[in-house]
Amino acid sequence: MNIPKELKYTASHEWARVEPDGTVSIGITDHAQEQLGDIVFVEAPKAGRKVAAGEAVGVVESVKAASDIYAPVAGEIVAGNDALADSPEQVNADAYGSWMYRIKPDNAADLDKLLDAAAYEKLASE
Amino acid sequence: MLKTTPLNAVHREAGARMVDFGGWDMPVNYGSQVEEHHAVRRDAGIFDVSHMRVVDLEGGGVREFLRFALANDVAKLALPGKALYSCLLNDAGGVIDDLIAYHFRDDFFRLVVNAGTAEGDIQWLHSLNALAGHGVSIRPREDLAMVAVQGPNAREKFWRAFDETKPATEALGLFQAARLGDDIMVARTGYTGEDGFEVVFPASDAESIWRSVVGQGVRPCGLGARDTLRLEAGMNLYGQDMDAAVSPLDAGLAWTVDLKAPRPFFGRKALEARGQQQDFLGLVLVDKGGVLRAHQKVLAEGGEGEITSGTFSPTLGVSIALARLPRGTAPGATVRVVVRDRELAARVVKPPFVRNGQSLVG
Repeated sequence: MNIPKELKYTASHEWARVEPDGTVSIGITDHAQEQLGDIVFVEAPKAGRKVAAGEAVGVVESVKAASDIYAPVAGEIVAGNDALADSPEQVNADAYGSWMYRIKPDNAADLDKLLDAAAYEKLASE
Repeated sequence: MLKTTPLNAVHREAGARMVDFGGWDMPVNYGSQVEEHHAVRRDAGIFDVSHMRVVDLEGGGVREFLRFALANDVAKLALPGKALYSCLLNDAGGVIDDLIAYHFRDDFFRLVVNAGTAEGDIQWLHSLNALAGHGVSIRPREDLAMVAVQGPNAREKFWRAFDETKPATEALGLFQAARLGDDIMVARTGYTGEDGFEVVFPASDAESIWRSVVGQGVRPCGLGARDTLRLEAGMNLYGQDMDAAVSPLDAGLAWTVDLKAPRPFFGRKALEARGQQQDFLGLVLVDKGGVLRAHQKVLAEGGEGEITSGTFSPTLGVSIALARLPRGTAPGATVRVVVRDRELAARVVKPPFVRNGQSLVG
């Protein structure tokens, strides 16, 4: 399973990367894209939206199913990756290169509650 | 405990993603569902459909029995090998199953029925047999397996693998089958909208037949591609587009209900009394904003309808669906589909969407 050590993860199969400016990039894991199959639609949230931890903020649809993307922490959406709307298959090709949105956490310490690579690997292989 | 086909180990060896499909452990894809789909539209693919059940019916009264049991009329099947698509109806005119009936001899017909409904179908046939009194022998053939080889190059590649079958199968027309010995049947039928064969053979030969066909460059395809292919081809899926509570007239299957002869087939009275209440048509999503899926609500001029099957069409690059719509909704109309919290515009079309690799919906 492809689970980079330097990222954080959620039980709902998102990955999170803390950027130098303190914002956090969010995408779906390689395991998630593999489960979904060929992805044909990505809807990222709009910048400026305030969201709660665990809130559904976007949608990924494959040929076979639709799946929500959640916010791992409370905060404000600072960017959505609109490029994915035109090339959703990019998520299958490179899940960790395909960030869907960036969030500015209300409280940076909330990130500590996310799963590390080892914990996510255990969860994903169950 | 899931049921398995004789090809289960072959699928696993090929790295298939397996799913529970109506109690059967079946391959949904071998990597990319979309690439498998394209292989069938452009070249050739092979599907394991051994979960479907072959039921052989024998006896002097078998034709009369089927004229009573089926909504389509097997009287049309004059030549040996000709096949007919039909629904099996309950007394309320709802669809118990859809099937293909093959005529081999006047005392021998074969049905191929869906996996999930097979046990119920067989019980139903037994009770109709008792009712009709033709003394037909009903023999489910769990000893047989079945593959579908589909695509523009499917027949050519199948013949390359089994050239001895070519003389007997070359001249087969659409919806026609040949029997090669007692237990092998090659039929020019399918569920993809492409040319090809469905091949029935002893379960013990499944692995070698599969490997021989794949050895000719025919791509293994899972149930995922099978679903997008059949939807593009405008073919119904039992349990999704119709079931025991739905009349074939409301599922776009009026063409399979033969009311010409004064033939008292089971379910006819209820069907005629109720008539057609809804139109069953295709939708092509116009707006961006998601993928059409089963059970989404459709807002049309004459009222509300519902999507029964929806997906993203790999051939057309847009989302398509089959839907039950208010009576009077016509191809060309624009309707709105409720996708999550939005209403998206969709164009009403007459299925199929794709046939023989070509778009039919512009």
